Amino acid sequence: MFGYFLSRLGMFVPTFLGVTLISFMFIRVLPGDPIIVMAGERGMTEERYQEMVVKLGFDKPVLQQYWDYLVGVMHGDLGESFVTKKPVWDEFFALFPATLELSICAMIFAVALGLPAGVIAAVNRGKFFDRALMSSALVGYSMPIFWWALLLIIVFSGNLGWTPVSGRIDLLYYFPSVTGFMLIDSLLSGQEGAFTSAVRHLILPTIVLGTIPLAVIARQTRSAMLEVLGEDYIRTARAKGLSPTRINGLHALRNALIPVITVIGLSVGTLLAGAILTETIFSWPGIGKWMVDSIFRRDYPVVQGGLLMIAVIVMLVNLLVDVLYGIINPKIRRR
Amino acid sequence: MAELSATTPKTEDRPSALREFWFYFSENRGAVIGLYVFMAFVICAAFAPLLAPYDPTEQFRDNILQPPAWQEGGSWAFPLGTDPLGRDMLSRLIMGSRYSFFVGIVVVCVAVTGGVIIGLLSGFAPKWVDTLIMRVMDIILSFPSLLLALVLVAILGPSLTNAMIAIAIVFQPHYVRLTRASVLSERQKDYVTSARVAGAGKARLMFKTVLPNCLAPIIVQAALSFSTAILDAAALGFLGMGAQPPTPEWGTMLAEAREFILRAWWVVTFPGLAILVTVLAINLMGDGLRDALDPKLKRS
Repeated sequence: MFGYFLSRLGMFVPTFLGVTLISFMFIRVLPGDPIIVMAGERGMTEERYQEMVVKLGFDKPVLQQYWDYLVGVMHGDLGESFVTKKPVWDEFFALFPATLELSICAMIFAVALGLPAGVIAAVNRGKFFDRALMSSALVGYSMPIFWWALLLIIVFSGNLGWTPVSGRIDLLYYFPSVTGFMLIDSLLSGQEGAFTSAVRHLILPTIVLGTIPLAVIARQTRSAMLEVLGEDYIRTARAKGLSPTRINGLHALRNALIPVITVIGLSVGTLLAGAILTETIFSWPGIGKWMVDSIFRRDYPVVQGGLLMIAVIVMLVNLLVDVLYGIINPKIRRR
Repeated sequence: MAELSATTPKTEDRPSALREFWFYFSENRGAVIGLYVFMAFVICAAFAPLLAPYDPTEQFRDNILQPPAWQEGGSWAFPLGTDPLGRDMLSRLIMGSRYSFFVGIVVVCVAVTGGVIIGLLSGFAPKWVDTLIMRVMDIILSFPSLLLALVLVAILGPSLTNAMIAIAIVFQPHYVRLTRASVLSERQKDYVTSARVAGAGKARLMFKTVLPNCLAPIIVQAALSFSTAILDAAALGFLGMGAQPPTPEWGTMLAEAREFILRAWWVVTFPGLAILVTVLAINLMGDGLRDALDPKLKRS
């Protein structure tokens, strides 16, 4: 098991270096001089320009620049935002809880509905339930989520007035951020109605962000269940006279879960990509919106740092999924 | 080589590949429906200027935000209503199909060509080249596709062409991995060895012997990428990083319509519906293709 973990880690290091190289190159392949962009419309004197070249290290050889960048990254130094002048690292971790909270809720939503939907479809293979569920899953899978978000806003915010259109909580409430998770912070604040407000703000973004993972999980669960239900040990369990609930729920689902867990892990990338659209539409103050805003503001250090951090998160989650997969499924480990 | 092929056993008693394919494909009713819708989409894209009642950029200043014909205040002059600038929705949607079709074709062609060549090289090259290529692909795959496309467009400048280039680059690794995996399993087989013994060169082995036998999963993936490309291009357009207004691209149309969502449902609903129906049709077709082409899933 330890050897397996080491080999996975051995693949992680070169990929990590490659990712840092790409994010390092990003600011250097941009059209135009980043320092001029930073100066904006005010322009800048020649001395100040030279000062900035030295400060940003553009006067050194490229290899040296990359090495300095890498050392900086390892120390949590991703540069400063052109716009806010705050360290990118601090900004990232100030906004990340919002994205994490939304992603976790979306994942819970997707798993809570997707798993049962897949199991029901597999058990009723070819019947009405199967066809209805799988057709809906295909629609969900094909959904342009930015349009889905707008539709939900029209119906639930516009026509019915049930949910707010944007933000994480009503402006009425103000409390210090303890964990960064609005659901927990609003409970800790003890203000009446704050928690309900946070929940109401979460509903639509959660549905929007969770839709594609929900469809993927439902489809994957169904096919994994169908495969397992054809196995000999399921026939044995049936022959022993176990109840269908016990067979489907205990014997089959447990084995069908292995590929499903991989899919759940691999959905993290999808979630982060979806967060870009979802957060932009719902003005959710997370890293997705932060990235899009920074691209439009030409705040290159933020784009560079955010790109790196997101890639590292995806890689870490993939590593975790691989290791978990090795623990659950011994066949993989011995390869 | 000529004598060799002359001695291979005749296979005339087998149904033709196309007929066999159609037999399995038509068993999946959803796939056939998807195919019909997709054909309608292609016809729409091909003959858009003939089908569209008006020019997609023509502004009818007296008919701004006119609802669809069946709703009160609508008229059959503008069956799906008009947008905030008084342009005919139906004409814009029909013209928009061209952009989506174009995006799908270009992205799939570029990504498949590049991906298959790199994948073949990776499968046949020495170990270290293979490792290097696969690590590079891993690196590209570490970035969420939409984010990487967004950043690439930020570098290249927002336009539909650059969006297509970015999406094609992001899709490449899938084809590389897929091709490499099939090449590695095909290479072991006897027919490849016999071709090599018969004196086939590396290039012939790669493109004539092995590649045709690796095509099935690539075709399925190409169909699925076609729909993902349309979705991603629309998403980039929606974020203002794809086609620029006044281009009637569906994602861009949605972005323009955003501020009117609570006043005029039709400007938001129809472009999105067009994306959904197209993508759904292609995905249905892709499922059918997989059933028909992937021998492992074929019902025997």
